[in-house]
Amino acid sequence: MTVLRVENAKKAFGATQALCGVSLELGKGELLGLLGPNGAGKTTLVRALAGRVRLDGGTIELFGRRLSETETRDGLGVVPQEIALYPLLTARENLEAFGSFNGLRGSALRDRVAWALEWTGLSERAREPIRRFSGGMRRRLNIACGVLHEPRVILLDEPTVGVDPQSRERIYEMLDRLRANGVSLLLTTHQLDEAEARCERIVIVDRGRVIAAGTLGELVRDTVGGGRVVTVKLDRAPAAPIEGLASEGDGTIWRGPVHDVDVDLAAVLRRIAAAGRSVVDLEVRQPSLQSVFLHLTGRELRE
Amino acid sequence: MIRTLLRIHWTNLRRDRVAQLLTFVVPMAFFTIFALIFGGRGGGVTGRVHLAVVDESHTATSQRLVQALQAEKSLVVLTQARTPHDTTRVPLDRARAEQLVREGRVPIALVLPAGLDTSLARFDGGGVPIQLLSDPSDPIAPQVVGGLLQKIVMSAMPDLFVKSGIGQFERYAGGLTPKQRTALDQWLPMLQAQAEPESTLARAGGASATAAGDSAGAGAREDSTRAAAMSGLAKVEVVPVLGRKQDTSMISFYAAAIAVMFLLFTASAVAGTLLDEVDSGTLERVLSTRVGMTGLLTGKWIWLTLLGMLQITVMFVYGMLVFRLDLLHHLPGFAVMTLFTAATAAAFGLFLASMCRTRAQLGGISLLIILVMSALGGSMFPRIFMTEAMQKAGLVTFNAWALDGYVKVFWREAPLADLLPQVGMLAGFMVVFLVLARLFARRWERV
Repeated sequence: MTVLRVENAKKAFGATQALCGVSLELGKGELLGLLGPNGAGKTTLVRALAGRVRLDGGTIELFGRRLSETETRDGLGVVPQEIALYPLLTARENLEAFGSFNGLRGSALRDRVAWALEWTGLSERAREPIRRFSGGMRRRLNIACGVLHEPRVILLDEPTVGVDPQSRERIYEMLDRLRANGVSLLLTTHQLDEAEARCERIVIVDRGRVIAAGTLGELVRDTVGGGRVVTVKLDRAPAAPIEGLASEGDGTIWRGPVHDVDVDLAAVLRRIAAAGRSVVDLEVRQPSLQSVFLHLTGRELRE
Repeated sequence: MIRTLLRIHWTNLRRDRVAQLLTFVVPMAFFTIFALIFGGRGGGVTGRVHLAVVDESHTATSQRLVQALQAEKSLVVLTQARTPHDTTRVPLDRARAEQLVREGRVPIALVLPAGLDTSLARFDGGGVPIQLLSDPSDPIAPQVVGGLLQKIVMSAMPDLFVKSGIGQFERYAGGLTPKQRTALDQWLPMLQAQAEPESTLARAGGASATAAGDSAGAGAREDSTRAAAMSGLAKVEVVPVLGRKQDTSMISFYAAAIAVMFLLFTASAVAGTLLDEVDSGTLERVLSTRVGMTGLLTGKWIWLTLLGMLQITVMFVYGMLVFRLDLLHHLPGFAVMTLFTAATAAAFGLFLASMCRTRAQLGGISLLIILVMSALGGSMFPRIFMTEAMQKAGLVTFNAWALDGYVKVFWREAPLADLLPQVGMLAGFMVVFLVLARLFARRWERV
C-alpha cells in the first residue's frame, strides 16, 4: 500500500532547476533510500515533502490525499540532518517542546516523552542539558523529536552522519522498531553501505531527476550487470596490461568483471601467471551500491 | 612569518564588512553625534533658554526689565499664554507660569514681584526677591537665567544703580549740592536712554550675544554663570516648583536612561537567537511543525517584552533600595511606561534580528544603531541639555519618547492621561518594527 506518492515534482531556484519532474512512491512500513550526489535535489525534495518548499509543479499525496502547499503535515515526521534542538534545554524539555509544537498536550505529551526517552535510551540522562551529550545521544534525541507525535511517514535526512558504529547500530534498531509498527521511512544518505544493507528499495536522483529506482539487485542488474567483480593484488606491477582487468593505484591492484566465477576466474589467474606475476590477495564480490552509484552518476566532482 | 600574519589579518579586515564598520564607521558616527550635541552644530537657533516671565509689579521698571530680557539673545521670553479653554492670549500669571514649568514646556519661569522697584540695585541685600520657578530636572537653567538677570539689570538699568548709589552716598556722606543735583538729574535720562535694549544693550551685550550665537549657547551660559558669580545686583530666589529633590530626580532619570539603553542591547541579543536557530536548523524544523512564522515571532516578542519589563523593574528597584528612588509613589505610570517601552524594545530587537543575515552582522549593526539611538535619545546625555535641533532630532528615536515618558512620571508627576503622546508614539514605533520584522522574516518561510 502506497502511503506517500510524489508525481512529477518540479522546482526551480532562479535559473537553477532543482527538481525536474521527480516521481517516487513509499510503501507502508517500507524503508526507502533516497540517494544522489551533492546538489542532486534530495534536500529540495525532502523540504517540499515537509511543506517548506513550494513546488512549481507536480503533486504530493499522503495516505492517498493530495497535500496543499500550506497544509500542516500532521502525519509526517521530519528529522533534519542538523542537530536542530535547543542546546540549553534538557532532553526531556526538548522533547516536550517539539511535542508541543506538533500539537501534543497533557497526558498524551507526557506519555510520548516517556516513550521517547525509553526508545532512545536517554531516560537516565533526561534531566541533563543536551550540550553535555555525546554526538550519538544528540542524534538519537534529534530523531525522537521528529517522531514524538507518532507520524506514519518519517523523513530522515542523514540520521547517522558523524556518529560511531555503535550509535549507528542503535539508531537503526530504533528505526526498525518504528517500521515494525508499520511506520514508513524515507532516508536520504551518503552512506551507501548503510543504504545497501538497510533499505528495501533505493531511488537515485541526479540533477533533479530520478535516474534509477528499485531494489539493490534490480539496480545492479540494470546498470553494471548481474555478475561479480574480482579484485586481485599482485606482488609487482606487470610490464603490460592484463586482458580483462583494469589497474588501480600503483599498478599492483587490478579489477574486472567475472560473469561465471568457475570459468572466468581461472582464466584471469592464468593470464596473471602468464604475465610473470604472483597473486598476493584476491576478492570476488557482487557489485556494490557504490559501483551502481558511480556508474550512474560518474566520478567527477560536483562541487 | 610576521608578513604572512599581517597579510592574513589585512585580508580578513578587507573581507569583513562588520569589522570595518566597527573599526571606522562607529567611531566616526559617535564623534559626529557628540560633536553635534556638545559642539552646537545642530543648526538653527541653539542653546536658548525658554523663559516664562510674570510681571506682578506692573511698573515702568518691571516693563524695562521685561523688554531687556526679551532683547537678550540667549533667551526666548514668553510673557503671554493661551487660556486653557480659549485661544486668546493673556499675560502670564504665577499659576500659569508654574503650570508651564510643571508640564515641561519651559524649564524656568521668572516672577517680577510687586515692590520690585525697591528691591533692584540695593546694596544691603534687602527687598522682595525676584523669583525663579525652576524645574529641578534642569539644574542649568536657573543659573543661566540668574546670571543673565544680573547682567541685564546692570547693563540695561545703570540709572537705577546711580540713583541707589547716590542715595547711599547722601545717607552716609551728606547731601549733594544743588548744582550737583541738577547735573545728576540731567545725566540720568541720558544714561537711561543709552541703556535702552535696542541701543546700548545690543552694544554692551554684543559680546555675549555673539558668543551665544556662535557657540550654540555654551558661550552664553558661560558668560551668564560668570555674571552670576561676580554680582548680586538683583536679589533672586530659586523656587523648585515640582517639589522633588534634584538628586533623586536625576537618579530616576538615569535609572530610566541606562535601563532603556541596556534593554535595547538585551532585546537585540535575545532576538538574535532567531539567527542561531536559522544556523542550527531549529527554525526550519520548528516551521515544519504546527508553529508558523507569525506564531514564532509573537512568542519571541512576548518573551522579550516580559524580559524587558523585568530588566527595567530590577533597575528601578535597585535604584529605590540603594539610591532612595521614589518608585512606590509612581507605580501606575512606571507600569505603563515599562510595558510600552519593553514591548517596543522587543519589537525593535526582532526587527534588527530579522533584518540581519548573521549573528556577526547583527552584533555590528545593533551596536551602531543602539549607541546612536542612545546618544540621540538621551540615554547617555539628557536631551534637555542638548541644542534644540538635537532635541528635535532625538525624537526620531523611540527611546527618547520612552525617556520623556519616564520623566513625566517621575519628575512632573503627570497623571496617566498625560502619558498618551509618549505611549502613542511608542505603540506606533512598536507596530512599525513588528510589521518590518514580519516582512523580513518572510525569507525564512516557504520558498
